[in-house]
Amino acid sequence: MSKFNKKKDAALPAVNTASLPDIVFMLLFFFMTVTVMKDSTLKVENTLPNATEIKKLEKKDRVIYIYVGKPTREYQKLYGTESKIQLNDKFADASDVGDYILMERAKKPQELQNVLTTSLKVDKDANMGIISDIKQELRKVNALKVNYTTYEGDAFRNLQ
Amino acid sequence: MSKRGAPPEVNAGSMADIAFLLLIFFLVTTTIETDAGLDRMLPPIEPPDTDVVIKQKNIFQVNINRDGQLLADEELIDIKDLRAKAMAFLDNGGAPAGSPDYCNYCQGNRDPSSSDNPSKAIISLKNDRETKYGTYITVQNELVAAYNELRNREAQRLYKRNFTDMEAEYLNPETSDEDKERLKERVKSIQDLFPMKLSEAETSSSN
Repeated sequence: MSKFNKKKDAALPAVNTASLPDIVFMLLFFFMTVTVMKDSTLKVENTLPNATEIKKLEKKDRVIYIYVGKPTREYQKLYGTESKIQLNDKFADASDVGDYILMERAKKPQELQNVLTTSLKVDKDANMGIISDIKQELRKVNALKVNYTTYEGDAFRNLQ
Repeated sequence: MSKRGAPPEVNAGSMADIAFLLLIFFLVTTTIETDAGLDRMLPPIEPPDTDVVIKQKNIFQVNINRDGQLLADEELIDIKDLRAKAMAFLDNGGAPAGSPDYCNYCQGNRDPSSSDNPSKAIISLKNDRETKYGTYITVQNELVAAYNELRNREAQRLYKRNFTDMEAEYLNPETSDEDKERLKERVKSIQDLFPMKLSEAETSSSN
């Protein structure tokens, strides 16, 4: 029994924190893997509409984003309150969409160039006129697969 | 010195701090949600070589005006009724028994003045330039829902499973290849029963 009596004093031993970095690293790796870096700051208001029959946009590397909406308050002085198109980091006209798509397409690897989807992130208060212009441009450069990106929710809330 | 000859231990106390710093950085920049939305195909810009003649009764015309009102088949209707009306049109199966267009799985009214067969039925969507995007998405959503509901019905009948589930599993990259192969066939067969023919005409700017 002598080996149980070897304690020198009765003070609580310090909690071993050697595994703390491991735990934190585990969390770190989790967030690193699920993270999607915001690649462009939004300069337009972007409250997406709701829909129920949605499909997930898998594989982010096959998606090209186009944002449409009213400029945010700090840009309203410059650009007014009409809906504008945002490509990457800057405002653009509908006529620039075709070039943008071709440019983005050229950046992707060869095998992905035919399976790209264009994700239209459009504010629900935007007018259809600007969307039709974009769609026309997309048709011109043969980018026919589009995804009207929405939130999941009751579609009738869009009408309010 | 605790033990003789042992190398001094590296102080790893600050490792946690460094890791925390990184962790907080990624926490802040993270956006977990994946995007989702309505998938649509735009029509190619070149008109087809041969002009196809489509019977008027096989077209379901949906017009959205600038105030978000809906005109479906010359009738002013509420958006809430659109899904039922689109389903009735698609599922009509008006071709008489014995004709090549006869639809043996349709459960509709078999009204000879409406669509002949789901594979012939076309929904044509037209909107004004002033229409709000939110309204347009609601209409799109209802039309896709009409197709999905009919496809689900057939999938339940044939495979005892919802079409939307099968499609989601088929599109999920984590599904194994053999499952995909099996699902592909089923998804395709259901899609053939109710092919999505949603044509979008160019927008009008008239009032």
